[in-house]
Amino acid sequence: MPDLTPSGQSILRSARGSSHFLRETLGRYYATLCGDLIILLTVTMVAFITVKGLAAFTGPHPLSPLKFLFSSHWQPDADPGEGGPQFGTLAFILGSVSVSGLAVLLAAPLAVAASILISVIAPRAGENFFRPVLELFTGIPSVVYGWVGLSLLVPFIRNQFGGLGFSLLAGGLVLALMILPTITTLATDALQNLPDSLLEGSYALGATRWQTIHRILLPAARPRILIGVTLGMTRAFGEALAVQMVIGNSVRLPDSLLNPMSTITSVITMDMGNTVKGSAWNNALWSMSLLLLAITFGFIVIIKRLGPQDTKNGNHF
Amino acid sequence: MATTSDLQSGRPLVQGNHKSAFRNDRIATGIFYAAGIFLVLLLFAFAGYIIYNGRASLNLHFLTTPPLFMQKGGGVGPQLFNSIYLLILASTLSVPLGVGAGIYMAEYARPSRLTRAIRLSLETLSALPSIVVGLFGLLIFINILGWGFSILAGAMALTILNLPVITRVAEESIRNVPPALKEGSLALGATHWQTIWRLILPAATPGILSGVILVTGRIFGEAAALLFTAGMSSPPLNFSDWNPLHYVSPLNPLRPAETLAVYTWKVNSEGLVPDARQIADGSAAVLIITVFLFNFLARYLGKALQKRSRAC
Repeated sequence: MPDLTPSGQSILRSARGSSHFLRETLGRYYATLCGDLIILLTVTMVAFITVKGLAAFTGPHPLSPLKFLFSSHWQPDADPGEGGPQFGTLAFILGSVSVSGLAVLLAAPLAVAASILISVIAPRAGENFFRPVLELFTGIPSVVYGWVGLSLLVPFIRNQFGGLGFSLLAGGLVLALMILPTITTLATDALQNLPDSLLEGSYALGATRWQTIHRILLPAARPRILIGVTLGMTRAFGEALAVQMVIGNSVRLPDSLLNPMSTITSVITMDMGNTVKGSAWNNALWSMSLLLLAITFGFIVIIKRLGPQDTKNGNHF
Repeated sequence: MATTSDLQSGRPLVQGNHKSAFRNDRIATGIFYAAGIFLVLLLFAFAGYIIYNGRASLNLHFLTTPPLFMQKGGGVGPQLFNSIYLLILASTLSVPLGVGAGIYMAEYARPSRLTRAIRLSLETLSALPSIVVGLFGLLIFINILGWGFSILAGAMALTILNLPVITRVAEESIRNVPPALKEGSLALGATHWQTIWRLILPAATPGILSGVILVTGRIFGEAAALLFTAGMSSPPLNFSDWNPLHYVSPLNPLRPAETLAVYTWKVNSEGLVPDARQIADGSAAVLIITVFLFNFLARYLGKALQKRSRAC
């Protein structure tokens, strides 16, 4: 076998040589097994959720996939007399898109500006102060973000702008705060991994720091910054409880910043435990889970297209 | 002055007017400082708000007594216990697997289809929303295997969440071990596994340990993956019965177990206690303080162990 590592047999001729060889083999098998297990786990998860998610579209009363995706008529418990239950999820899909989109719009500019401070302008304070603080905050549980949204933000919005307070705006703000540390850390990594020669060359040519930042460093780091933003979006899109607590959970197309609405994850969170296993309503919820999985895959594809992921600091899920 | 072309735009990098270039530079610097300071103030205000509001609950009574039904003054004792128990079980399951997979990726994997498949699986697992992991747990452990809402199902779901992160941390820490260590060991006639077990793993331990503690802190606050696996109820527990086979024993792995994070979420929607707000304030404070403590511990242990291994 063309292998740089010693096989154990030829080198160790002592009496214990064979037990070393056994351990060598067992160790290798164990590590390989763990690696394979990760593939198995991922494949199983995708397969099971796919099969379960497709159940609603087959069987005696199949749901039309087009209606499921493009109708906003969601009446899961309507009687047959009223036209039967309706499972159109468009309102929730748009709800998820708008709340996570709003979160990224609010968070990304601040995150990128802060990452420039940390990596270019004040690198020492960045390394000793900002980075540890950001790391501290990526670990805060999402229910805590949701609770602050519910106890502080919702009443504030109600008093300032009227309405219920439970709104797209509240959801977007809570998610923005939640993904700020993630995007900032990833954007900082992107800027710090640029070769020093870019900065030095630009300074040597007489450019000011701002000119260097916006003409040289930001364009060079752009793909990696976009990966960070996409990862933040992925996290916001998949967040369930923090959003559910502040968004109001009413079936409604997202038509105003101040109106309550629902997202894919909030509907799953609310109804999965209350519906009968195997019922049309329950099956529709599993189809929404499959949709969530598919959209997450879409985000992964976008991230892969944008370039190789940073292996040093990885992603922050 | 000499103008130099920007390669991309073809425009001069430093345009005619020096003064405006320097003024813009100062304005931009000011804006970046403002953004960074605003960000940090926002985060500190957030943490301060939670801890300030929850300060009244940071006492032994709140942390050890069970919740009350329809009356004020209940605590979060069982929930806190459940969180810690789940965390220990999940770490016991996920650390050996994650470190094993990390060893594989750092030491055995070659550029092959299999390695690429593992890499892609790891990326997928870490990008999955935790509610999807919870739903998978519901499907497999509750619906198919019929365990019912249980600590065991919850621990499995948390293991799935942990696995990609621990694998990545282990792989990185192993890759950061100086190659001379490995080469020296192999040259002395040690087998590959002996080298991994006796030299590489001990040298990588500080990195792995601080990574594991950090992850553990994060799953302490996980709720979405537990709603449909560990469940949203906590049966009455008898804290003097430590036989894991008894139903009222806190150690029974097949009983439903609401964690602190799940309780924080649920207490608002249920309306079964009049002091829901105080309870949520208190448990949010406990959650955030625990996460911070884990973070400090990871930082401290990582540094301390590194210093010791350098001293040898």
